[in-house]
Amino acid sequence: MSKKRIVIIGASSAIAEHCARLWTREAADFLLVGRDLARVQRIADDLRVRSPQSAIQTVDIDFLSADAISVLAEQAAQLGIDIVLIAHGDLPQQVSCEQDIHLAQAALQINGVSPALFAEAFAKQLARQGHGTIALIGSVAGDRGRKANYVYGAGKGMVERYAQGLQHRFASTGVNILLIKPGPTATPMTAHLAPAGLAKVEQVAHAIVKAIEAGKPVAYVPAKWQVIMLIVQHLPRWIFHKLNI
Amino acid sequence: MVAVGSWGRLGIHDHRMQLLADRARVHGDISGQRQGLAFGMGRSYGDVCLNPGGTLWDLRSLDRFIAFDEQTGRLRCESGTLLREIQRFGVTRGWMLPVVPGTQYVTVGGAIANDVHGKNHHRYGCFGDHVTQLTLARTSGEVLSCLPGDTMFAATVGGLGLTGVIVEAELQLRRVPGPWLDVETLPYQDLQQFFTLADASEPDWEHTVSWIDCLHPSGRGIFMRANSVAADQPEPPSRADVRFPFVPPTSLVNRLSLRSFNAMYYHLKKTQPRSLQHYVQFFHPLDRIQDWNRMYGPHGFYQYQCVLPREAGATGIQAMLKTIRRAGMGSFLAVLKTFGQRDAVGMLSFARPGVTLALDFPNAGAPTLALFERLDAIVLEAGGRLYPAKDARMPRALFEAGYPRLQEFLPLRDAGISSAMSRRLLGN
Repeated sequence: MSKKRIVIIGASSAIAEHCARLWTREAADFLLVGRDLARVQRIADDLRVRSPQSAIQTVDIDFLSADAISVLAEQAAQLGIDIVLIAHGDLPQQVSCEQDIHLAQAALQINGVSPALFAEAFAKQLARQGHGTIALIGSVAGDRGRKANYVYGAGKGMVERYAQGLQHRFASTGVNILLIKPGPTATPMTAHLAPAGLAKVEQVAHAIVKAIEAGKPVAYVPAKWQVIMLIVQHLPRWIFHKLNI
Repeated sequence: MVAVGSWGRLGIHDHRMQLLADRARVHGDISGQRQGLAFGMGRSYGDVCLNPGGTLWDLRSLDRFIAFDEQTGRLRCESGTLLREIQRFGVTRGWMLPVVPGTQYVTVGGAIANDVHGKNHHRYGCFGDHVTQLTLARTSGEVLSCLPGDTMFAATVGGLGLTGVIVEAELQLRRVPGPWLDVETLPYQDLQQFFTLADASEPDWEHTVSWIDCLHPSGRGIFMRANSVAADQPEPPSRADVRFPFVPPTSLVNRLSLRSFNAMYYHLKKTQPRSLQHYVQFFHPLDRIQDWNRMYGPHGFYQYQCVLPREAGATGIQAMLKTIRRAGMGSFLAVLKTFGQRDAVGMLSFARPGVTLALDFPNAGAPTLALFERLDAIVLEAGGRLYPAKDARMPRALFEAGYPRLQEFLPLRDAGISSAMSRRLLGN
């Protein structure tokens, strides 16, 4: 069997990095895309040590530039793509976003618009080759707007809507679109939160890799969040608005 | 603020957690702050890894490999890398860590800062003996590259995290034929027999360790010795670890349970003369039970680990066991082992030639502490010392007597670093 070709957008996100480590269990070809090349290169070095047989390329681009994104997708597709993992995101301080609308704008762009554009650009390439998986990391925060994090949640909600649309578009084709919804996970992004109740990043990565292999459409990780969010989504407004969540 | 405790569960304290996730920025992240302390897995037992009310620099995200030379076995990695990751990575390539402690859920940085030892001290020394370079970030903003032989290297290995934050390290791995060990298990009836067995085993066996039944009047125990072997055996299927599910209202280790535990363990073990064991089973049997420290109940437990010079060893250990029996206290995880004739690299490294005894005691408050005072007197008299990685209460005088290179160490401390232990034993 030939080596898998895997593209990771936001390769320095902790969840993406741990997915990549799992994928190196078999030699694969990686294209790691990030905003900070030095950080992405450190991750590439780690993967090379783990898997000398894997070929690992790194590149940094502007995550908000539609041109840069579509050029990247075209170039990446030249040798074929099996998996695209779109993993980047930033958890802003909700209160700061309420005080400074520019922060809200930046958060909406990086968590919502940017992943949607990556998905669109790679969808075009996968449609052409007729197979492959695009996995997008959404969030349980995208399931229902809450006062604690609705700026982030709105961005992630956009990712969800985009994934749904792509799933509809690619239904009964060889292209699979997976929406992953992690609950709060212990990563640098959540370092300011108390560790109790955070999922381990290794476990989340493991679940993502399995969901991609299984060709699932939606994966809550850990799975318990599917139940929790089902309840949160269906709480009547008069109860929901009394909750401090 | 986040509540953090150490493995002994003696107390949980609020800390400011600051994640260090980028190795190129550590020196900047830690400088110009209030005093902090590097934190890894929190597997040390007492207060060496705690800084109540202050900052802990969380290094667990710095867990990347940097380079590996398959010819020479040199591995370079970030300091938050777990020993478990290195073992799993290396074993399939025929390389493993030369020295591992009882748990593999510790970081490389923690293993260096406590200069941990394993069951093969007489052959391979301590963890620090196999560190070929380390990169140290200081709160002054400096980044130092330290090599064996450098003063700062000797201060940092076993330096309890007080000389800076270890960011990267290069380790010399050793060739192994695979994950298997040939293990021989021999019962002994008293301490005399233990020492005879230990001396006779050291030339031909790499690993030697023993479990001692500290409730038994003669000091009987089980001696284990092992060598790495090539074995045509598939890796055992990775069984899911068991988790100790809750904190019982009182310690499950008590006078009643101990006596039967120890008798059962002794009789079970003495009938298994020789076996082939996987390295995790032999080196890290307790790793199979996650959160095993919960079994000591809500008040936690103390580990008391000392090393006594060999001359005073036999009588000293005898006296300690007698004192423990007389106090009506006892320990299940009691380990007795000889150290080889080699000096450690670090100024404050624990291991030294002699014999080491490690015991765990549920925290029963004043009676437990009173017992420790009597044990301290024996250790002091024998010219021995206690292991800071396990300690939560040793008196300053005992620390000063046990670590003669302390004065050499003190000027090399990083002024921006402080721990509960440094405040207790060094005054700041």
